[in-house]
Parts: sequence; structure tokens; C-alpha cells
Amino acid sequence: MIETKKLVKTFVDGDKITPVLKGIDFKVNDGEFVSIMGRSGAGKSTFLYQLSLLDDPTDGEVIIDGHDTHTMTAEQKMKFRLMKFGYVFQDYALLPELTALENVALPLLMQGHKKHIAYRDARSALDRAGLGHRLDNLPSQLSGGEQQRVSIVRAIAHRPKILFADEPTANLDNQSSMIIMDIFKDLHKEGQTIIMVTHEEPFAKLAERLIRFDDGNIISDKKN
Amino acid sequence: MLNLRIGLYLAIRQLRRASLWTTSLIIFIMVLTFLNLVVVSGVLVGLLQGSINEHRTEYTGDVVVSTLTDKSYIDNSPNIISLISTLPEVDSFSARYRDGAKLEANYKTRKENDKPNIASAQITGIDPAKEDKVSGLASRVKYGSFLEQSDYDKVLLGKYLLSQYVPVDSPDLAALHNVTVGTKIRVTVKGITREVTVKGILFSKVDQISRGIYMVDTELRDIIGRNDGNVAMISIKLKPNADPLAVKSALLRNGVDKFAKVQTYVDAQPQFLKDIIATFNMLGNAFSSIGLVVASITIFIVVFINAITRRKYIGILKGIGIRGRVIEISYVFQSIFYAVVGSSIGLAIVYGLLVPFFLAHPINFPFSDGILVAPVGTTMIRMGLLVFTTVVAGFIPAWMIIRKNTLDSILGRN
Repeated sequence: MIETKKLVKTFVDGDKITPVLKGIDFKVNDGEFVSIMGRSGAGKSTFLYQLSLLDDPTDGEVIIDGHDTHTMTAEQKMKFRLMKFGYVFQDYALLPELTALENVALPLLMQGHKKHIAYRDARSALDRAGLGHRLDNLPSQLSGGEQQRVSIVRAIAHRPKILFADEPTANLDNQSSMIIMDIFKDLHKEGQTIIMVTHEEPFAKLAERLIRFDDGNIISDKKN
Repeated sequence: MLNLRIGLYLAIRQLRRASLWTTSLIIFIMVLTFLNLVVVSGVLVGLLQGSINEHRTEYTGDVVVSTLTDKSYIDNSPNIISLISTLPEVDSFSARYRDGAKLEANYKTRKENDKPNIASAQITGIDPAKEDKVSGLASRVKYGSFLEQSDYDKVLLGKYLLSQYVPVDSPDLAALHNVTVGTKIRVTVKGITREVTVKGILFSKVDQISRGIYMVDTELRDIIGRNDGNVAMISIKLKPNADPLAVKSALLRNGVDKFAKVQTYVDAQPQFLKDIIATFNMLGNAFSSIGLVVASITIFIVVFINAITRRKYIGILKGIGIRGRVIEISYVFQSIFYAVVGSSIGLAIVYGLLVPFFLAHPINFPFSDGILVAPVGTTMIRMGLLVFTTVVAGFIPAWMIIRKNTLDSILGRN
């Protein structure tokens, strides 16, 4: 379970103070698929960064499975991200000098798995995503949709507790986007907790819960 | 250990898939830096090392026994020579008689008001066969021929005793004019004058040879009246791998130092030469340090540009839980790769190409045949220095980029 209490994020640039998140209380239960929508600048991505411990809030708490992350060191947060979280970025964020297989295996290796086990698991995960024929391709040799699928496989190969996705279909055509959303739906069916930021209403509605952001606040929180 | 393993994993893949041109260029810079580190000081020292080697092989031998400061000959020479001949390390030796000599040429044709055609030199009496075995003197004869034991009233002259071979016309360097092979000259030693024929002309970069005059020992012994067999110098050549210090110690143990000065070829080097070597070493190190700084800056820039352009990916790596230390290690490994490959190619060039080349074709300096001096120990230290400097130069920019905020790196914010 992930929970925020009076979460505040304010950007300060000299004399300019920009409040982005204005005291958000929010809770996601295990196994939920939540999508977050809102116009540009509403604070949805900033909210995702606070939840995923990529950024530190100005005030308030992020509590994950009863752990108050406020008290964690940077090293503990890094370890938490490695072991508990998976990330899917808008622009895939694959490492260009690693093949699809190596990109997926890297977090597994970092978790301490032996190379042959990490590669076996990565190969199997890519096979399941229909990328078995692309194992040894570099990201530059893959289409946008394939890169995003590799990115998803990398995010889930180590069976994270929560999968964060920041506009995962923003750079894809409709067909590729549908494939990605199908993967998300399947993962959800298998019990994966997913928190996804998106601009696209049809995809947002595929989640079981839709949160709408505006001006740093949650303005609606509905079951689909 | 895990950090090292993953750091190496990332480094290998970054290197393997990096631009071949970029990698080649960095390695090329490393090779040049290594060569600069080793060759510049190596050639500077080699100028003098060539001179030292020639002094050893052509003059002093590996161990030299010479007169005490206040004597003109070595007392008890026959016994010392007997002792030397019993030492198992000794390959050959040459006992030399020496004295000051005045030379005069064209004395038959000189008119009363003409300036006399004279020069002064050290005359050395040698057993030609023994001397050649020790110093290879016969090979230094460029014009004419070498002495034979049966020669009488025949001499070899060093080239700098003949004006046609003296590079500068200096009143302090008096040389004979119009003298060549076959010319008769007068040699005066201890007031005794002999008319002798120039049998050969010696070309050497060892001053004692190029400014000396050689005669068969039996004749010189008669001239200077040394019928007791006491010589002025014994040059000893040792068998391969024999230790000159051990031979020196053996001679000292047998009391030779009561009658003569016993020196290894190193002891016999003039102090000024040792000082110049130290100075050249220092100069070489100074030049090399500049090269090292340039290489460090190059690696710094290369890694910094690499890290800055990959800042987003570094942020992503940190975002997905890869430790900053792992990323630093991957850059350090890459730097080590560049330095080790560059140095290894440099090593191959130095020991496979340059050292043998300079040995076969020494640089022809007026005072020596310059070689490249690159002792393996020193070279390895310099290689270590290059690797260390490169690692530091690679680590710093990686560390600078990695300590930036993860999210700022991912989003490309400053």
C-alpha cells in the first residue's frame, strides 16, 4: 500500500515560489491500477516523482507499506527503488549501448542475481512480451513500440511491488499504444499495482481508478 | 564486489559499442603520452648512456685498475696481472703503459720562421691482440691498419690529433697538420725522440682514444724505461653476466688497493657525467609531466563530455536503482582500459621497435652514439603513473555528474 499525507511540493527559483502540489492526501491499495490525468502543469508528473521516491517533497509524507520514506537515506531510497519499484518512462529510457536483453537484465544483476539467472529471467520476460526475436538488438534497432515494451519488461522483470508509468504511450502510434495498454491490463489482472500518468482519456479509462489533477490538487477520484 | 561486477559489465558494453574512431583517438593520445613519458627522458639520458657505454666498452672495460693519484705507474703490476688472470669472471684484460708525449710533423720541411707543427697527447703502449680483445680497438681504425706485436716505430693516432678531423680551430686544441696514414712524425716521450710512421687513424667518440696515440707496449716500455713491467692501467673485460662489483671486491680482498685504484666502470665515470645524467633525468621528467597533464586533461574532457551527454541515462540508471558508485566504477574501468591499452601499445613500440632501432642505428651525436634508455622498472612506474592519472581524470567528471540530482538528470534540468 502506498499513501501520501498532506503532500506538498513547492519549487523555489530565486524570489519565484511555485507551489505544485498543495497538500495531497492519497492512497493506493495493493493490486490497484490507477491512472492520473490532468492538464499540463497540473502537478501529475511531480506527484508521480514524489510517490516513486525520485524526488523529495517539500512537506508531508509518503508512506509505503508502513515505511515513512521521509526518514530514509538516499541509499535506502535507491535500494527501495531497485527492489520494490518499476519505472516506465515516456521516452523509454533504455540504455543505448545495452541490448534489449541486457537492458532488462541490468536491474536483476544489480539485485545480486547471478548473470545466467538474470539473463534467463530477462529472456523469459522478453519472450512473454513477444520480443524473443529482439533479444540482441540495441534500442536503436527497435521501433518505438518495441522499445517501450522492452522498457516495461525491464520495469517488471524483477517483480516490483509498484509499477510507475509516466505517459508510457505519449510517443507511440495508436496500435503500439494499444499493445502497451494490453500489457498493463494483463499485469493488473496478475495483481500488479500500477500507477500511470497519462494525457489520453481512453487509456486512462482502462485503469480501475481514475484520478484527476488540477492546480496541485486532486479534483476527482473515481472508479472506472 | 557487486558494484565492481556491474561497473565492469557496463564499462565493457560502453566500450564495445562506442564509436571506433573515438576509442582509437583516445588510445592514440594515450600511446603518444606514454611515448612522451618514456622516450623523451630515455633519449636525453641515452645521449649520455651511449657515451658511458662507449667509455666502458672501448676504454675502461668492466673493471679498471689504474694508478694511485701520486703515482705514474702501478707498483707490483706483474703480480696484479697474475691475480687478474686467475679470476674466473675475467674474460680478457689489457695492461697499458702510459705517458705524456709531444708530437711533431713536417719537421723536415719546416722553415726557421714557420710555426712548429706540434701537438701533445697521452701515449699508450699496448699488446695489440689483448687490447683488441678487451676494447675492440682494431675496429676503431678507419684509415690504415691496426698495430701488430711485431710493429716497431709505428703508431696509431686519434683523429683529433689531426687538424683535418678537428671540428673547430681552437688554439687550445693543437693538432697536427698535413699528417695522414704513412706520414712520418716525431714522438718525444721523457726526452727521448723517435721518428715513427702513422700506421692508422682511430675514430672514436671516447676522448681518450680520439685524442690519444698508441704504440706497441714493448717499444714504449723501452722508451719510458719501465723494464720492471709496471703498467699504468689494466682494463678488464668480464664474462657475460659477471658482476663487476664482485671482481672489484676480489681485487680489494687481495690488497690491490695498496698499489692501485680499483674501480668498476660506474666508479670510473666522471662526476660531471653523473651530474648531467641526473639533470637530464630531471628535464625528461619535467617534459613528461607536461605530457601527463595534457593526457589527464584530454581524458577529463572526453569522460566529462561523455558523462554530460549521457547525463539523462545516468539519471535513469540511478532512478532504476543502480548505485552511483557503480556508474563511477564503469567510467574508471573505461579510463583504465584506455590507459592500459595505450600504454601496452606504447610498450610494444618502445621495446619492440624503438629500443632495438636505436641500438642498431644510434643517433650520431658528436660526443656519443645516442641510444634510447628505457629500463623496464622505470617504464613500468611511468605506465603506473599514466594509468593512475588517467583513472583520476576519468573519475572526477563522472563523480561530478553522478552527484547531481537524479530527477534533474532524467528531466535534463540544470
